[in-house]
Amino acid sequence: MILWWIGDIVLLVVVLPVVVVLLRGVLTAARSIVPSVTEIAKVAAAGSKDLDAVPLLLTTLDQATRTVAGVANYGGSLDVILDDAPAGSG
Amino acid sequence: MTPVLAFAAAGAVTIVVVLLIVLALVYYLVSVIVQLRKITAGLNDVIAGVGEILQKTEPVDEVVTAINQQLDAGVDALEGLLVKKAGMSDALGLVDGIYPGAAAAGFRNFPESGAITPPRIGEVYTNGALTLARLGREAPIAAGNPAGPALRYVEQGSLAARQLYPEARQAMPESLPRSPVIGTDAPVQYEQREDIGAPRKRLPGRPTTAGAGTAPSEGLQ
Repeated sequence: MILWWIGDIVLLVVVLPVVVVLLRGVLTAARSIVPSVTEIAKVAAAGSKDLDAVPLLLTTLDQATRTVAGVANYGGSLDVILDDAPAGSG
Repeated sequence: MTPVLAFAAAGAVTIVVVLLIVLALVYYLVSVIVQLRKITAGLNDVIAGVGEILQKTEPVDEVVTAINQQLDAGVDALEGLLVKKAGMSDALGLVDGIYPGAAAAGFRNFPESGAITPPRIGEVYTNGALTLARLGREAPIAAGNPAGPALRYVEQGSLAARQLYPEARQAMPESLPRSPVIGTDAPVQYEQREDIGAPRKRLPGRPTTAGAGTAPSEGLQ
C-alpha cells in the first residue's frame, strides 16, 4: 500500500515533469526549424528567379561570335593594308 | 480509512497521474507533428527552387565555354596582328598606354613579352596624336598621360585649346601692346582737317545774284 503511494508520488513529481521537459524541448527545436526552412525556400526561389537571364547567354554567345568574326575581317584587311614591323624592332 | 478505500484512493491517484502524462504526450507530440508537416512543406518548396536552379544552370557551362573560346580567338588574333604590325615593344607601349600597368602581364601568346619594358606612349605616337588625344573627352589613348587622364570640360573648353599656344600668350603680361583705342576720347588723336565741318567754299564762276525765278538749267546756258 505504501509502495503504491510512493509510486504515485514518483509518477507525479518525477516522471511527469521529465516527460514534459523532454517533449517541450523537441517541440521548441521543431518550431525553430520552420523559419529557417521558410527562408531557405525564399532564397531558392529568388536564386531561381535571378537565373531567368541565363538564356540571354545564348545571345551573348551569338554577339561574341559575330564580333570576333568582324574583328577577324578587319584584322585581315589591316594585315593587308599596313606594313609589318621591321624585323628586330621588338 | 479502511484498506479498501485506501486502495481505491491510491488507484485513483495513479489513474489521474497516468492521464496527465498521456495528455502531455498527446499535446506535445501533436504539436511536433504539426511543425514537422510545416518543415516538410518548406522543404518541398526548397526542392522545387533548387530543381529550377539546376535546370536553368545546366547549359551555362557549355555556353560560357563557347563564349570564352570565341573571345580567346579574338584576343589571339588581335595580339598577333598588333605584334606583327607594331613590333613587340611598341605593341606593349600601346597596350600600356591604353591600360596602364597592363604591359607588366605581357601578351598571353607571347610569354617573353612580360620581361620587356614598354616604351612610353609619347615615344610611339607623334605629338599631334597626343594633342588630339588630350583634347578628346576621356580619350583612352591619353590615359597614360603623366599629367593624368585627359578631360575636356564643356564650360571651360577653351582652356585645353589655349594651352597649345606659347606661355607668353597664356600669362597675359602687361608689356604686350594693347589694341588701339578709337573715338573722341582716344589717347592718340590723329591729324584733323580744318575743312571738315567748315562752310563749303563757293565755286569761283558761279553767279551770286541769280534771279529768284530762274531755273537752274537757265543759269548754265
